[in-house]
Amino acid sequence: MTTFTNIPKQIEELLEQWNGTTSRRNFIKGSGLLVVSFSAAAIADANPLSPEASADAAMAQAAGPYPDPDFRQLDSWIVIHEDGTATFYVGKTDGGQGTGTAFRQMMSDELDIAYTRTTLIMGRTDTTVDQGGSGGSDGIQVDGWPMRRVAAEARRVLLGLASARFAVPVDELAVREGVIAVKADPSRTATYGELIGGKRFNVTLTGDHINATTGVAKVKAVQDLKIVGQSVQRYDIPPKVDGSLKWAVGATIPGMVHARNVKPPVAGATLISIDESSVRGVPGFIRVVSKGNYIAVVCEREEQAVRAARQLKVNWQKPATPSFPTSEELYNYMRHATPTSSRDPDVVGDPDRAIAGAAKVIEAEYDFPFQGHTAIGPAHAMADPSNGQMTIWSNDMKAYGLRTGVAQFLGMPPDRVRVIWMDGPQLYGRSAADDAGFEAAFLAKEIGRPVRVQWMRHEETAWDTKGPAYTFTMRGGLDGQGNLIALEYNARSADYNHLGYNEPDTVLIAQLIGTRPSAPARGGAAIPSELYAIPNRRRVAQVVRMPLVWESPLRTGNLRDPNGPQVTFAGESFIDELAAAASADPVEFRLRLLTASATDDNQFRRARSINAVKAAAETYGWDARPSPKPLGTGSILTGRGVSYCFRNQTVVAQIAEVEVHRGTGHVWVKRLVCAHDCGLVINPEGLRRTIEGNMLYALSRTLHEEVRFDTEKVTSVDWNSHPTLTHKDTPAQIDVVLLNGDPRPNRPDLPHYGAGEAACRPTVAAVANAIYDATGVRLRRVPFRDGRVLAALKAAGV
Amino acid sequence: MSKIALKVNGGAHTVDIDPSTPLLYILRNDLGLQGPRFGCGLGQCGACTVIIGGTAVRSCVTPCSSVKGEITTLEGLAKAGALHPVQRAWIDEQVPQCGFCQNGQIMNATALLDRKPNPTDAEIREGMAGALCRCMTYYRIHAAIKRAATSMAAGGAAAGSGGVA
Repeated sequence: MTTFTNIPKQIEELLEQWNGTTSRRNFIKGSGLLVVSFSAAAIADANPLSPEASADAAMAQAAGPYPDPDFRQLDSWIVIHEDGTATFYVGKTDGGQGTGTAFRQMMSDELDIAYTRTTLIMGRTDTTVDQGGSGGSDGIQVDGWPMRRVAAEARRVLLGLASARFAVPVDELAVREGVIAVKADPSRTATYGELIGGKRFNVTLTGDHINATTGVAKVKAVQDLKIVGQSVQRYDIPPKVDGSLKWAVGATIPGMVHARNVKPPVAGATLISIDESSVRGVPGFIRVVSKGNYIAVVCEREEQAVRAARQLKVNWQKPATPSFPTSEELYNYMRHATPTSSRDPDVVGDPDRAIAGAAKVIEAEYDFPFQGHTAIGPAHAMADPSNGQMTIWSNDMKAYGLRTGVAQFLGMPPDRVRVIWMDGPQLYGRSAADDAGFEAAFLAKEIGRPVRVQWMRHEETAWDTKGPAYTFTMRGGLDGQGNLIALEYNARSADYNHLGYNEPDTVLIAQLIGTRPSAPARGGAAIPSELYAIPNRRRVAQVVRMPLVWESPLRTGNLRDPNGPQVTFAGESFIDELAAAASADPVEFRLRLLTASATDDNQFRRARSINAVKAAAETYGWDARPSPKPLGTGSILTGRGVSYCFRNQTVVAQIAEVEVHRGTGHVWVKRLVCAHDCGLVINPEGLRRTIEGNMLYALSRTLHEEVRFDTEKVTSVDWNSHPTLTHKDTPAQIDVVLLNGDPRPNRPDLPHYGAGEAACRPTVAAVANAIYDATGVRLRRVPFRDGRVLAALKAAGV
Repeated sequence: MSKIALKVNGGAHTVDIDPSTPLLYILRNDLGLQGPRFGCGLGQCGACTVIIGGTAVRSCVTPCSSVKGEITTLEGLAKAGALHPVQRAWIDEQVPQCGFCQNGQIMNATALLDRKPNPTDAEIREGMAGALCRCMTYYRIHAAIKRAATSMAAGGAAAGSGGVA
């Protein structure tokens, strides 16, 4: 035991209550303020130290400051209550893929406590350690390790306490579901609650950074894990279904007012004047807030703010030159633009010479549009400036970054700002939740009252962060036996003004008020992730810029699996084109390329790739033959296509089966098969749903989604002009095969890898390849909307 | 401003408000019902759906003064502490991801099953088409609707275990 340093507030509160003293935050209890719902967590409500109580307290408008909980204190991560239940505090957020449930499973397992006796609090900068929030699908893969280690350490400490109590060595004790017993005399038992309930562990952990946090204890071997691997039902689903969940979008406190933004009517417009008299008559009108080109209207009630924002008369000056090419001209523009940056070319062998000597050379160009997050609930946040603090309720997946960014933006000390994460619509990267959080805080400071801001549909769809558009130029050479001997890959992404997360000088409000870095982050362009052994290849990836860099609705940022669907569409479509040129079966062609090298990495990715492709083909019932199949005679043409990739350590192979309507061009993906290997699976049924969601999300991007624009503004602004996948598009059958590791016997068990994004990577190409199989027509531009498919079919005489 | 009387989930409420105010804002901000949610304000996505007189209605484009019948929101589906079979099926199938749209999915499915107790696949696709989900939980929604239909045909008995495993 060591000296306690930075006391986490939730511990302080628990102890104050436990000791009968009054918490300095107790005064707000029962005031009707927000309470996070834990209704699905089977924890006794009567417990005064229950998580509900501390959650309630932490929600309040306290005087602060809000220092970060110290991740090197075990008490910052785990609290054992007197009734033997446990609360875990982790610095992640759950976008609905069930990571919260998975974290609870992992920590319960290491702590040796029943899952139902635990609960989990996430993403609150004042009460949970800073694990960065969510992103990169690394919650299970990376952040799960310190969670496991601290839970194992807590178990070790509890065994030590029991050892002292019973005066027997630790190895003569047995622990099961939060009860420690003397092996030689099982009548002598102590519960975790009896040993430490309501008290501090007072254990200092080690580790240079939070991901390295560890105690002395070792985590369990895979074969000793009992809760990991079970399909525990997600605790967040019942309150989402019965209406009891409290969402960030519903965050409300007394005195709160409502704001709506007034965005520039065209990109890059300059604010000349505002006619405030145009809205003074709106009931409930409070104020127009403007700075630079940022404008918001604040009213007492929400519908009043909506009306005032619509009604406000503003005089704008358009930019003198076009802000971007039209969406129809985009790819031509990108192909002819001067790149702003390039990756170092990735060259193997001598591709020029190999192609010059090839028996057959294939060339193709592919295009992929800008696509947006277009969250089902437009961006929102609520901020309270009382007590000289700033508290922001937000669904932003990186609560800590939002806290730090807002502090910098407003010139406040970071410990005077806190962010309380609550559930919200899809957390799939750098969404506009970042922007709304800054706006709410800015407006709250300006108005001096709690302000809730929400974007309207047209703002979200037009102005949220975009995944970059791509163009690709590919060339491949086959030898006389149909072997792929050379491959050239040239990609260009329109990712020049790539936004990071919660940057105080690149969030939209900062850009609009004129605060911005001297140069953008330059963005990036990617190459496909596969393990094909090709003797000669060159891969070049470059970035190009749009004319307008700042204050643009075509700001790019991370969108679920950033770059993955784009580059895998090109990479795996072209492999299919090469297979067709070689008259080879597409599965067999890929396996030939995967098995052409025997070298593997320490994650066995080659072996696991081969395994995944075979598993997908077997599950589908793949009959080996080249694509396309002989053209059908009816109005519905059917076909199947395969695609494979990896994302970090997770390997995915998918097969799509399509029906293409000859008369309308409509594509229905009737069946999807996914073989998925993310190592150790924490929750199989939860994982299946995450994979299904990934595939259908990518299917939406395949069939429907495209940001459209003229030279001055985005013109796709709602669900009619920017369609998305609907119930009508749903496949009749989805088969998910969970693979765990490579097929070789006697290998060590694999650790848990990420699964939040990998399965959306290969889908676009699988569908494109299936359409080719069905029709003999190769679609090289996404999305595959009916009109474009029909035009391609007609052009090919199908 | 007008006094608008609304019957919601078995209770009676009167609000003094601009009669053109969309019902959604009153449900959320005056009555504290957070089930219906703002998604588009255009009647395109379904996130704001409530049931009025057995019909799924988009509360974001429904002026409060036009509402005649009793309103049921997501919070009002459960009766006497027991979840509606549709809600039960949603838990058993573990449907939601982020869950933001699921109010619309559940309310539209409830109205659909009210109309068509045993819908075909095509009827589910057609009947649910206006309820959008950006996490793309459609496949599980279809399974949940079928599960709920079976359960309701059997008298509304719970079709599965539910709850925390």
